[in-house]
Amino acid sequence: MLKFELRPQDSKFWRLASPLLALVITVVLGIGLFVLLGKDPVRGLQMFFWEPLKSAYALGELMVKATPLLVIALGLAVCYRSNVWNIGAEGQFVIGAVAASGVALLADKESGRWFVLAVLLAGVAGGMFWASITAWLKDKFHANEILVSLMLVYVADMVLGYLVYGPWKDPAGYNFPQTKNFEAVTQIPRLMTGSRVSVGLILALLGAVAVWIFLFRTRAGFAQQVGGLAPAAARFAGFSSRKALWTALLVSGGAAGLAGALEVAGPLGQLTPYVPAGYGFAAIIVAFVGRLHPVGMVFSAVLMSMFYIGGELAQSRMGLPKSITGVFQGLLLFSLLACDTLVAYRLRWQSRGV
Amino acid sequence: MESYALLMAATLNAGTVLAIAALGLLINEKAGVVNLGAEGMMLCAAIAGFAAVVHTGSDGLGFLAGMAAGAVLAAIFGLLVIYLGTNQYATGLALSLFGVGFSAFVGIGYVQEKLPQRPSFEIPFLADIPLAGAAFFKQHPLVYGVIAFVFGLMWFFYKTRTGLVLRSVGESPQSAHALGYPVRRIRFFAVIAGGALCGLAGAYISIAYTPLWVEGMVAGKGWIALALTTFATWRPARILLGAYLFGGVTMLQFHLQGLGVQVPSQLLTALPYVATIVVLALISRNPAWIRINMPASLGKPFHPGS
Repeated sequence: MLKFELRPQDSKFWRLASPLLALVITVVLGIGLFVLLGKDPVRGLQMFFWEPLKSAYALGELMVKATPLLVIALGLAVCYRSNVWNIGAEGQFVIGAVAASGVALLADKESGRWFVLAVLLAGVAGGMFWASITAWLKDKFHANEILVSLMLVYVADMVLGYLVYGPWKDPAGYNFPQTKNFEAVTQIPRLMTGSRVSVGLILALLGAVAVWIFLFRTRAGFAQQVGGLAPAAARFAGFSSRKALWTALLVSGGAAGLAGALEVAGPLGQLTPYVPAGYGFAAIIVAFVGRLHPVGMVFSAVLMSMFYIGGELAQSRMGLPKSITGVFQGLLLFSLLACDTLVAYRLRWQSRGV
Repeated sequence: MESYALLMAATLNAGTVLAIAALGLLINEKAGVVNLGAEGMMLCAAIAGFAAVVHTGSDGLGFLAGMAAGAVLAAIFGLLVIYLGTNQYATGLALSLFGVGFSAFVGIGYVQEKLPQRPSFEIPFLADIPLAGAAFFKQHPLVYGVIAFVFGLMWFFYKTRTGLVLRSVGESPQSAHALGYPVRRIRFFAVIAGGALCGLAGAYISIAYTPLWVEGMVAGKGWIALALTTFATWRPARILLGAYLFGGVTMLQFHLQGLGVQVPSQLLTALPYVATIVVLALISRNPAWIRINMPASLGKPFHPGS
């Protein structure tokens, strides 16, 4: 029978190969799903893995969706490496978007171009504020951060709903639940004409570099992670676990809030009830599939963006529900967790009776 | 007064959903496994149960389908965390994310479907008592069933040998293993039982509580159920009380809206979630209190030494 045997050391090979194997398994399951639904699997795969790459415009759209995913995942990686389980990035994203919108709505025709900076900073502050509720309750009351951060996602959605259906509703908007379109000065500058890719992409990539330096080249980043790996060692070394908790949640909240600001002041251009698109949850998968490593997450963010675009195309061109994206995302994370067993264990065939 | 009787009835009904799910989660947590996939299991069970009733017309088969869906998903989760030793938090989260997507995907064809005429229930004679009849005696059988189940579960945990073994697996898997109990198999069955009950709760939502299918209709009840086990410090009777408390908070918003209280509806809808956070913070305030009551190996994997 098959037996798992503990490796003397984690396998470096499988640490990298496991996400790839997980992707292969997800694709195989996906083919099965298409066949089961009576759809052409080749065409199905094309929607996910070829259409998003085939033109400059498509590539741009791929980056537009990868940007918020990467920004949020970078923050979450810092969090998870410190063993702080913030799963409410979606809520921090929403409140970041709300705060950014609040500032953007203050702009008028005379406002200067610096306004966009205020919008982004408001987003960061909003996300940090929302995450700090979780940090405070964990720090002061030991309340479980998983449940608190998740509950706050629902509360954030209600705050957003209240504002767009109530005080912030565009009076000239035919009663649609949305704010007026933001002034041009609050718009995130685009990188080139003919594509929706914005400066946000550059910010995301700079963020990846910053997170890499913080995690692997600074003492503070080291202290941050020791608490997650070996709490006792961290205590002996005098690293504060409270500081690690606050840093983790403020960094991830701020990143999610920034992503929210980039979204409302970028592709959306106004606050609507459709701001929560599940990026906060998908980014959790991005973080894990990217091995909580900045370079890995750049790739996994692009992959997850392909899942989003593929889902939309499968809906419009093949008549499949858009929620197929969520199915694939979930399958990918499941497969990854299963494949990760191979990092610490080796499979051995053993005849019975030994 | 009539409206208070109806509020009471609605509270019991809403509390029942939370209680069934939380009692299920209690079983696997007593065995040392925390399953964050409750929300996903409940959603998949809700659509499975709803679809079964649409196709067969039988509520009983609907509940069975829901329980089966929950049990199957829990089995996948159990295989990963118990036999492959994956991280319980991450795997549960994967189950929730998958469940949200998968139920929406499968349920797309059922959004417009209607269930056959819903049966109404009443206990003969008792239902005719003014006020109390409307408040207590016109409920779905499961509302009474869950109360009986709590007593059954207390008896199981604290009075039977199997219950003792289950708890010992959660408190000290090493000792249970040394005594020759199959720790991993016991945990696996506990996880499946928990999944089946979450499934029953999910099916109850789409078949009896709000008889229809809407994407994401569980609306965080799985997460609230998870919070309830902590809130109740892992005791069955307190789970039931907590569930009614939260059921009451959920229903209070509709009652207040009915009374014409001038509060934005979104803020009232947020009430159960805010209440969960506040209660969780208050109950966790004393870490020693939680540590005494929590199954000691909760969330930790167990590898039988070779």
